[in-house]
Amino acid sequence: MLKSSLMNHALSIENLTKTYANGFQALKGVSLDVGEGDFYALLGPNGAGKSTTIGIISSLITKTSGRIRIFGHDIDEDFSAAKRLLGLVPQEFNFNVFEPVEEILVNQAGYFGIERKAAFARAEQALHQLGLWSKRREQARDLSGGMKRRLMIARALVHQPKLLILDEPTAGVDIEIRRSMWTYLRELNASGTTIILTTHYLEEAESLCRHIGIIDEGELIENSGMKQLLSQLHMETFVLDIREPVQALPPAITDCVRMIDDTTLEADISRGKSINFLFEALSQHRIEVLSMRNKTNRLEQLFVHMLENNAGNTATP
Amino acid sequence: MTLTEQYIAFKGIVIKEVLRFARIWVQTIVPPVITMSLYFVIFGNLIGSQIGSMDGFRYIDYIVPGLIMMAVITNSYANVVSSFYGSKFHRHIEEMLVSPLPYWLIILGFVSGGVARGMAVGLAVSLVSLLFTHLALHNLLVIVSTVVLTSMLFSLAGLINAVFAKSFDDISIVPTFVLTPLTYLGGVFYSISMLPEFWQHVSRINPILYMVNAFRYGFLGVSDIDIGQSYAIIIGFILLLYGLALYLLKTGYGIRK
Repeated sequence: MLKSSLMNHALSIENLTKTYANGFQALKGVSLDVGEGDFYALLGPNGAGKSTTIGIISSLITKTSGRIRIFGHDIDEDFSAAKRLLGLVPQEFNFNVFEPVEEILVNQAGYFGIERKAAFARAEQALHQLGLWSKRREQARDLSGGMKRRLMIARALVHQPKLLILDEPTAGVDIEIRRSMWTYLRELNASGTTIILTTHYLEEAESLCRHIGIIDEGELIENSGMKQLLSQLHMETFVLDIREPVQALPPAITDCVRMIDDTTLEADISRGKSINFLFEALSQHRIEVLSMRNKTNRLEQLFVHMLENNAGNTATP
Repeated sequence: MTLTEQYIAFKGIVIKEVLRFARIWVQTIVPPVITMSLYFVIFGNLIGSQIGSMDGFRYIDYIVPGLIMMAVITNSYANVVSSFYGSKFHRHIEEMLVSPLPYWLIILGFVSGGVARGMAVGLAVSLVSLLFTHLALHNLLVIVSTVVLTSMLFSLAGLINAVFAKSFDDISIVPTFVLTPLTYLGGVFYSISMLPEFWQHVSRINPILYMVNAFRYGFLGVSDIDIGQSYAIIIGFILLLYGLALYLLKTGYGIRK
């Protein structure tokens, strides 16, 4: 009988460690819970341990120690039930490139014990949803990069998992396809599928995810809600494009505004402080603002700040 | 997984494996047929006619069962070693590893693919051999059981080779340096009773000798080895290799980091 508290977690990781044969310690006791129905971002720099964590959850990497449960099912003791609930979209293409697209999905469904006729129906549904139906008879090697990414998502969904893990699903994909994938993932999450996403596009994580975990050097250094995390941001930097070139800034704003060039300004504004004073000062000096944008993505600012802090904390003198 | 789901999954792997070698039949079925036809012509008809009889049979009749078995052995081995290593190399073995498939079922699926190719090639070579001689059928049950068990054994051996292999070169080493010499020395072309006593004893270390002789018994009713002993050796090796393959997959050797 599964404890009800565990059942509320789509994924529960306890003290996960991994030391590779060459002695490299990729994970140093990671523990985290992902709630059922969540859209969770797992972030970290290259080599931080994200893909190792995902590899262990999906049985592609052997853990050194620790415990993983998927909807309460231990992946060691009850691996059949645990795997049935999990769908994985790995970082690198791992399908047989010589097989036709539809066959890849039907075979995958077969590995989950789905009868062939039903597998074809599910493959059709998934291929329609991901815009690949017209390519169903083509060999996978003939697909474009974006189509291959979508094929991996379709394959991961063919057995209708309750937990979907995507390891950098939009890497190398153009912005149009990326946005259509976001829409699809939002719909999938809204329909009840728990999603865990790793990405280097922090805009993507901020836009899609409700909770976030940051791994650095094999340790989880942050695990909180996206809103709570972003509220830690004290300062935001805006870039302003102005119509006419200026030679100097109005004295009232020199403490928070810099000139990048004669038509571009940068302003540091504390969170919660009104931005009106800036426009008033600029208007008084007949400086007309054409456009304004965030200099960097908010999450990106925080992410870099946290990694710098972590590096400072772990650096040896 | 329930039994029904396991059956569906097994069927899926077998279909996939059979389609794999059937799609490239020019590379998988035709070459052994051509090679064996050359053996029939050269060793059977041309040289064989000069040799006379062997164990009371025309030479070509004597070597045909061994040649069919040789094709079965090399092809069942080649099928699984290339398929499993290919899936490792291109990483689509991960499709199975992330699924709830038990390891024994993965082994059974690949082995069944190897058996299917071994049987397909064996049947094709047998049909071609009819152009050169008429095949006697002494005991059909022995023929079928020997060919199935032998192809199972070498499919398992191919799978283990693929697990250890780190490059495509590694999957050709065993067939070239182990399988081919053992097959040639396994009594395909001669009866070990022709050898000096010492070499007869040495030959008995070679497991392929037992398979070739059991298979020949099925066709001709003669064998250098007791049939019961042949079955025991073949089944013993199957169990040994199955245990090793299962251990390797469970520990993730060569397939998981």
